[in-house]
Amino acid sequence: MTTPTLSPSLSIGGLETVYDALATAIDQAGPDKAQLFLVKLALLNANALADENSVLEQITAALQDL
Amino acid sequence: MHQPTTDARPSIYYTYEVFKPWLAANHPQQDRKKVVIVGSGPAGMVTALELARHGVPSVVLSAELQFSQGSRAICFTRRSMEILQQVGVADRMTEGGLPWRFGNSFYRGQRVFRMEAPHDADDRFFPIINVQQQFMEEYLHDACKANPLIDFRWGNKVNAVDQKDGYAVLEVDTPEGTYPLESDWVVAADGGRSGIRTAMNLQMEGASYEGFFVIADIKIDLPLPTERLAYFDPEWNPGNTILMHREPHGIWRVDYQLPEGETPEEALKPESLKARIDAQLAMIGHAGAQWEMDWSSVYSARTLTLPDFVHGSVIFTGDAAHLLPIFGVRGANTAFQDAQSLAWHLAFVVKGLASQKLLTNHSTERVGAAREIITEAGKSTRFMTPPSKGFRLLRDAVLSLSLTQAFVRPLYHWRTSRPHEYSQSVLNSLGDDNSLFKAGPAHGAPPQNVRLGANDFLLDHLGGGFDLLYFTDAAALPDPLQKEIATARAKGMPLNVIAVGAAQPVLGADHTLADADGHLRQRYGVPANGGAYLLRPDQHICARWLTLDATRLQAAFATALPQ
Repeated sequence: MTTPTLSPSLSIGGLETVYDALATAIDQAGPDKAQLFLVKLALLNANALADENSVLEQITAALQDL
Repeated sequence: MHQPTTDARPSIYYTYEVFKPWLAANHPQQDRKKVVIVGSGPAGMVTALELARHGVPSVVLSAELQFSQGSRAICFTRRSMEILQQVGVADRMTEGGLPWRFGNSFYRGQRVFRMEAPHDADDRFFPIINVQQQFMEEYLHDACKANPLIDFRWGNKVNAVDQKDGYAVLEVDTPEGTYPLESDWVVAADGGRSGIRTAMNLQMEGASYEGFFVIADIKIDLPLPTERLAYFDPEWNPGNTILMHREPHGIWRVDYQLPEGETPEEALKPESLKARIDAQLAMIGHAGAQWEMDWSSVYSARTLTLPDFVHGSVIFTGDAAHLLPIFGVRGANTAFQDAQSLAWHLAFVVKGLASQKLLTNHSTERVGAAREIITEAGKSTRFMTPPSKGFRLLRDAVLSLSLTQAFVRPLYHWRTSRPHEYSQSVLNSLGDDNSLFKAGPAHGAPPQNVRLGANDFLLDHLGGGFDLLYFTDAAALPDPLQKEIATARAKGMPLNVIAVGAAQPVLGADHTLADADGHLRQRYGVPANGGAYLLRPDQHICARWLTLDATRLQAAFATALPQ
């Protein structure tokens, strides 16, 4: 299994914070809008990352083991 | 027996003239023609006019007795106007047209993107001008009629094209029956539903998109400027897109996408059109405004091209050669470029100035252009009419983000039709100084227009053959260059020599542009005397030199006209 290299990576605490916030936001968006919310988030992240190759690597990683 | 309607088409703003059919019985026996053009739309007529400019006669066959129904193509780009200037109709287009350069995209009542097309002081024409297609066809037809080299035949429908060895025989149907017409070359400019393409069983490459759009032209008085308006996902038409354009004569074009699953027949029912147009007018703050329907139609987006435009004696051009989505005004605007390219390539082959390699080059260049357009327009089309759930999610995410996030807003800008650059053309000179220039149009690029004075621009002086721009303030062109130019002309090469940078006429040049302020030299990146540009008859650059000599000029001529 390949993992995209993210540097610097999140601390365990930071990851846990994101984990809870993301779960709560998905619930808040509701079943009709969860997908839309996640795609918006992905585009915001992609823009913050400012590197399309990293985004493409992440897309490949996320498509694994669905 | 072909019986086209003799009833004038209905229109609020355009009076259709019904022309008399051309009947073989009224004319003497016909010899084999050089060129027969099937179709009298923008591609067909510009091909005929440009061929005539190069001295090649043609027959134009129109199945109908009048210009096309409805406004159809309404937005013409600067490059189209530059081409129409070459065939003599730009002034009439300008007179009746509405020029513009701004586009607006709206989502949830907010303007989320404003497109501003650049307008250089050196450009004669606006980025886009709106004129209904009937007027454009009338101007082109008037120019054809005035040209003794163009034999225009209304009411002549082609039933069949039989390819022989080096020529073709057409069966032409008229109101008195059929007649045979032989021609060395047949230009299939018979439109998107090309009967010739179908009969020859030629397959196009590319994609078709499922979404349907209604086009409706309405007469209405709206106090809005001439700018493109695009509305995404409005409440009255969820998930879909609406486009609006002002046309001359108090007409507005309203394009809207159909809900999934609705058929074109359902969408074109008067009550459906009325409800939706009223809803759109209400949304933009003009609820209850009075309007009258002029014309409506339905289209779907396709990005398809023939992989080769030349098939024996038959050459496809315009929509017959490719089907392009209208996002980015790519139909007629691409057809003009196709026709301008085809006409000079074909004329030079007909006149024996080059071998058929030149037609191969035409096909390569224009198929390349179609593929470039397909790549660009495909992106716009996937945004306007998302072809799958994934594309729809991404589009909707961009709409939502665009209300607050500037970085996604440029995605609203569908790229507008622009001239293709033939950077890799085999006609480009190999031994010139192209790569040494720091400014100016490069190999294969269309020319940069330059304002020379009041109502006087560089492109006004170009065309009809090759153009050599020679930059000098000397009294005469160097002797060796004059000799080389005379040699090329003696072989039949049409060549116009323009000296740039001298206050007095330069000996050996047909025309001298003073360029007193050096602006033309600067835009073309020519730092010193002796620089030069060679432009093809479509004005695209095929060679440029910082210092031109006769040997390299001769080489450029030989490359541009392959034997």
